[in-house]
Amino acid sequence: MSELVGSALTLAQAGYPEPMGGATLAHYLFLSAALFAIGMIGFLTRRNLIIMFLCTELMFQAAGLALVAFSRFHLEHTGQTFVIFVLTVAAAEAALALALVVLLFRKKDSLSGEEWREMRG
Amino acid sequence: MIERAHDILGSVAAGVAAIVQSGHVEGVGGGHAAHAPAHGIALPANGPLWIALIPALPILGVVLATLCAILRVRTKLPAWLTVGCLGASFAVTVAMYLQLPESGAPMVATAFEWIHVSWGPGHGQSLHADFAFYIDSLTCLWMLFVTGLATLIALYASEYMSHDVGTGYCRFFAAFSLFVFSMACLVMGENLVLLFLGWEGVGLCSYLLIGYFYKKPSAVAAAKKAFIVNRIGDFGLLMGLFLTFVKFGTFRYGELWPQVQPYIDMVQEGRAAEVPFQVMLIPALFMVGAFGKSAQLPLYVWLPDAMEGPTPVSALIHAATMVTAGVYLIARTFPFFLVSEFALPIVAWVGALTALLAATIGMAQFDIKRIMAYSTVSQLGYMFCGLAVLTSAGAAFHVFTHAFFKATLFLCCGAVMHGFAGQLDLRKLSGVGRLPGWKIVTLAMLIGCLNLAGFPLTAGFFSKDMILAESFVTPGPGYQAIGWILLLTAGLTAYYTFRVFFRVFIGPVEFEPGDEHHGAAEEKVAAEHGEHVHDPHGHAARAGHGHGGEAHGLDSRGTFHPHAPGWAINLVLGVLAVASIAAAGVYFVHRQEHGWVGHMVHRSSANFAGAAAFLGGTDHGAGQPAAHGTFLGMDPHAVMYYVSSVVGLIGIGVAFVLHFLGRRSAAHSRADALLPALGPIPRWAQHKWYVDELYEAVIVLPLRVLSHVFHTIDRLIVDGAVNLAGVLPRLTGSRIRPWQNGHMHGYAAGMAGGLAVLVVAVVLLSI
Repeated sequence: MSELVGSALTLAQAGYPEPMGGATLAHYLFLSAALFAIGMIGFLTRRNLIIMFLCTELMFQAAGLALVAFSRFHLEHTGQTFVIFVLTVAAAEAALALALVVLLFRKKDSLSGEEWREMRG
Repeated sequence: MIERAHDILGSVAAGVAAIVQSGHVEGVGGGHAAHAPAHGIALPANGPLWIALIPALPILGVVLATLCAILRVRTKLPAWLTVGCLGASFAVTVAMYLQLPESGAPMVATAFEWIHVSWGPGHGQSLHADFAFYIDSLTCLWMLFVTGLATLIALYASEYMSHDVGTGYCRFFAAFSLFVFSMACLVMGENLVLLFLGWEGVGLCSYLLIGYFYKKPSAVAAAKKAFIVNRIGDFGLLMGLFLTFVKFGTFRYGELWPQVQPYIDMVQEGRAAEVPFQVMLIPALFMVGAFGKSAQLPLYVWLPDAMEGPTPVSALIHAATMVTAGVYLIARTFPFFLVSEFALPIVAWVGALTALLAATIGMAQFDIKRIMAYSTVSQLGYMFCGLAVLTSAGAAFHVFTHAFFKATLFLCCGAVMHGFAGQLDLRKLSGVGRLPGWKIVTLAMLIGCLNLAGFPLTAGFFSKDMILAESFVTPGPGYQAIGWILLLTAGLTAYYTFRVFFRVFIGPVEFEPGDEHHGAAEEKVAAEHGEHVHDPHGHAARAGHGHGGEAHGLDSRGTFHPHAPGWAINLVLGVLAVASIAAAGVYFVHRQEHGWVGHMVHRSSANFAGAAAFLGGTDHGAGQPAAHGTFLGMDPHAVMYYVSSVVGLIGIGVAFVLHFLGRRSAAHSRADALLPALGPIPRWAQHKWYVDELYEAVIVLPLRVLSHVFHTIDRLIVDGAVNLAGVLPRLTGSRIRPWQNGHMHGYAAGMAGGLAVLVVAVVLLSI
């Protein structure tokens, strides 16, 4: 894996000044991957709807972080612009999702995701 | 001929261009003046629009009868409304006849624009068919007896159908009026499209009225048979119409005949081979339509079965008017039948063979209505022969006289059927004429029978003679043989006609009621309740129809009393009997033109003058007198009166000996003793020569087998494919559905697993 990242580094940096100070793209990507893994593991293991929702947010931000890192690395603004949009949508979605969680809690007096199994084929 | 051509030229010059139309058919030698391009020909003059009332009044009758049905009228009102509308229509027809110009030039009255389509500027690139009426003498002749008879028969039906007042009465009269409307469209239409509309309309009404007793399976089957067999004929007519349009680019008579004329000239001048095949096909296709509608071989089988309908329907539609539509079609499109050397001989042979075959079947039947039906088929054969042996006047005259005397005969049979609770078997009826109140029926029946048998000096005698004589005169292929066939048929006709008369109306009084009591159901109910609804003194001889019991004359002990016809039936029979006799009188008007009917026909498109040139021109040697055949070396015109009188009288005499002299009971006659000598022939004839069975085996059965095969293919392959398309997704779904188990973490794990697979795949692929 490191060999792979290394080759990407050399390719991208050819003829360019060091774009990110001390931290290389690999650092950011590792952080992003770690965040995503934490979120995913949390989502898979926890039953509390709020925690699960927070885990999805974590995965979301991991993806955003990767985008911003690539954007900076390629000196391109598209990725960053995109992340701004994603954050906005995520904020709206967070409001909606939390409201849903509240409603679901009112229905069953429980926050467990296991309670909701009606939607099956 | 030169004079005639000169006349035509003069008339054209004088501006009476419409005469060109009649001159065309006559113009053999010198009529070429009319060969202008089709579009240059002046169309018939405009006629008065009020003649549109002739079809409009019956339509009003349909509307009124339908209103009566909606308002649940339980009286005889629809009958009176119908009689009124049809009578008014007849009055308008008479007025139209009086308006006919002496020149015989046709007029056209356009009611409204109907079909007007154009897809290009050229000839034959537009279809123009108006709701317009073509008024000439042929139209007038046909409409006079159609509307006249319809009025009389509607009056008759008002009494005959009285057992159905409130239930089917309105339906009956609505369909009856609709029939008259359709017939008016057929006969008066200015173009072949309107003719076809009427043609299909009368077929529909025939179907509706045959199936009038729709709870009776045999009536429903007969209606379907009539409809389907007619469709076969109509298919031919429709193809003929298409071909006409393809070849001539128009459906209007006024534009058609000038275009047909060059082909007729080709045939006359001995260049028949130059006539395009498609043009020669047109009369053959029209012929199929005519044979279907007019019940000729091989499509005659529907007409005898059509007797399942109420008798007034049989009289009007299946004897007097609708079945003559085929004769009308050929008379109207006669120019087409001159473009081929084969068209008229085929018509002649089909007509002659039908006449003979139907007569032999008629001799062996026991149902008097069916005997009349077969005699209709037989007489229609005569009419076709008449057209084909170039006496369209004789054919039309026979149509005219036949309409009256056959309607009389049917209505008499209907009166018997009405009075004897549906009994029609001549073995179970005898001496009806001796019963009180049956004098008029018997007299009318006698007059009808004399006409049908061709008794000397009756109308039927004159009209039949014109056809007989002409079939010996006209030199066509085998026309002499046709003459002999027709002569033999005339004898057979006289025999079976008087077989009915002697057995049913004369002889010892003996009868058995039929089982079709009208209103039998109510009577049964009344009997079950122990009520005697009928008055034991109510004598059935009165025309009382009110209560269920009295209507068919069962008294309280269950003995049957036939009830004699009432005033409506008697009046109509009287009028028709007088008309049957009077029809002979028109033979003596315009004598040099073969009577009034000839006078009418000769001024229409049915004129044939000069067409004899090609008939038999190839078969006969130059030495023979090609223009005039002989009957045993004598002039047929002179001797046929005597010959056919003798033949008719022999037929009547045989019937007299076999069915009148020495008959002791209704069921037995001397003829029974003769039957064994004839071997199986009477039995075959009684079974209608097994033609129905033959059709069943040759046409119906294979079709049925084929339909089963197709049904199986449809069920297994077509339905199978469709069902497979439905089953496959369902099967797939039933396998996949359990994966969606509602377990949120299951889905999450699935997504994570999918992601892992993707990552692994990307990594492996990029190595």
